[in-house]
Amino acid sequence: MEYIVKTENLVFEYQVLPTEEGGETQREAALAGVDITVKQGEFVAVLGHNGSGKSTLAKQINCLLLPTSGTVWVKGIATADGDRAWDIRSSVGMVFQNPDNQIIATIVEEDVAFGPENLGVAPAEIRKRVNGALAAVGMTQYAGNPPHYLSGGQKQRVAIAGILAMRPDIIVLDEPTAMLDPIGRREVMDVVKILNREEGITIIFITHFMDEAVQADRVIVMEEGKIAMEGTPHAVFSRIDELKAIGLDVPQCAEIGLRLRQAGIDMPTDILTIDELVEAICQYK
Amino acid sequence: MLKITIGQYYPVQSPIHRLDARMKLLCTIIFITVLFFIGNFLGYAFAAVFLAGMIKLSKVPPKYLIRGLRAIIFIIFFTAFLNIFFTAGGDVIFSWGPIQITQQGLVNALRMAVRLVMLIIGSSMLTLTTTPIQLTEAIEFGLSPFKKIGVPAHEIAMMLTIALRFIPTLMEEMDKIMKAQMARGADFDTGGLFKKAKSLVPLLVPLFISSFRRADELALAMEARCYRGDVGRTRMKQMKMRFSDYQALAVMGLFFATILGIERLAGLWGVW
Repeated sequence: MEYIVKTENLVFEYQVLPTEEGGETQREAALAGVDITVKQGEFVAVLGHNGSGKSTLAKQINCLLLPTSGTVWVKGIATADGDRAWDIRSSVGMVFQNPDNQIIATIVEEDVAFGPENLGVAPAEIRKRVNGALAAVGMTQYAGNPPHYLSGGQKQRVAIAGILAMRPDIIVLDEPTAMLDPIGRREVMDVVKILNREEGITIIFITHFMDEAVQADRVIVMEEGKIAMEGTPHAVFSRIDELKAIGLDVPQCAEIGLRLRQAGIDMPTDILTIDELVEAICQYK
Repeated sequence: MLKITIGQYYPVQSPIHRLDARMKLLCTIIFITVLFFIGNFLGYAFAAVFLAGMIKLSKVPPKYLIRGLRAIIFIIFFTAFLNIFFTAGGDVIFSWGPIQITQQGLVNALRMAVRLVMLIIGSSMLTLTTTPIQLTEAIEFGLSPFKKIGVPAHEIAMMLTIALRFIPTLMEEMDKIMKAQMARGADFDTGGLFKKAKSLVPLLVPLFISSFRRADELALAMEARCYRGDVGRTRMKQMKMRFSDYQALAVMGLFFATILGIERLAGLWGVW
């Protein structure tokens, strides 16, 4: 099986400056030996609370950070020396947390054009890509607007369109919904799912919302720079006790299933969505 | 909060809006230069009529332009004031102790005020009818001959674009910080000038810190989108000079010639 992203014993350390005078500079590992593999067209969610190293992992895939030791391969290219950062970045798009701090231009369509302009795409082709990308995220009617009149969810969709116009194989989203309201979160999630299913784009979705992770093909749980759990959403979220031990929530419906089981009601252990919960309760005799 | 209309784009469709940004930049520079050639009021009257015609053509409401002037009214009065009191020569109209007001002083003051107002209106015509992106592209184009002597034309244009992009974001942020401080008892409205200035410190410090954080994140996002300066960069919107652009240049040339003519005639007739 060919992997589009692969990391091998990936370690990333950063310096912690001393807090008091005369103290020593320490090195702390944000990633302490991470091995992941992502297949072409997969939708992987990376879970973990603050400081678990999930954002650092995301930046490694896009060459924004380089490994202290170990290797990251993206489409068979090792990121190690940074020489081919530009090639890697042109096939790995990245969406960040704060929608305001990643929009560069004063007009929506100009911002979407920024990426392909950097790639040196011909003007007529850029126009085509911009229109296509805006249509894909449902923002065509806002093409001529200034971005500061848009809602958070809309801005994040513009950011995704800006990545799409670069025609990437992989999109890494680093907590794209953390600053959004529930409506904005759903907008972004819907767009991401469509891109994954219809365009076949590989998605690496970093989040701390369980209900979003549930919708992925595979979930990776990170804790203190290491991979704590990995598997399908059903497999991961049925290990409720372990998740709680790391300090993570479980999806609401899984929690209800657990409580019902604890109350002596026979419920399956892999309930994740509302539909599954409804089904299980209806089947209960 | 002071509404800043200088540097803001007024989105309507007009012949002026449709002109190439580079040509508009050139015409604005010509207009401003011509303003400094004018020495008599006949010339100013003609320039005012010309400017009024341009405003009419651009479909920007005059009210909008006047609102833009409000922000700099102090500067206009200040320059006029200085001119009234510190110009010597001509008949003395009024004197009180060491203070003398001369006819020449009044004329100079009026001339300076008219010149400033037309300068501001003329240059706001450029920014009101040109999107910031087009304007920065025009500036980049205008500076590109100086690239050889080390002027970073592309970088300057990119800085301008980002500055313009973040003005509304930072305004919003300032509003938020102000409300947060007011909720904790900060007072921005009372006290003298010194106290007011001092009360801005708790406003500016968080604003600065967050701007640095924003800059950091933005740089990362730009890098992630393959930005590496203007190496091998293309543009979606290509600038194209059309026939109407050359017509505009011809009109500007005509304007220049007329002003020179008026100056010449005024010199012959001895009109000030």
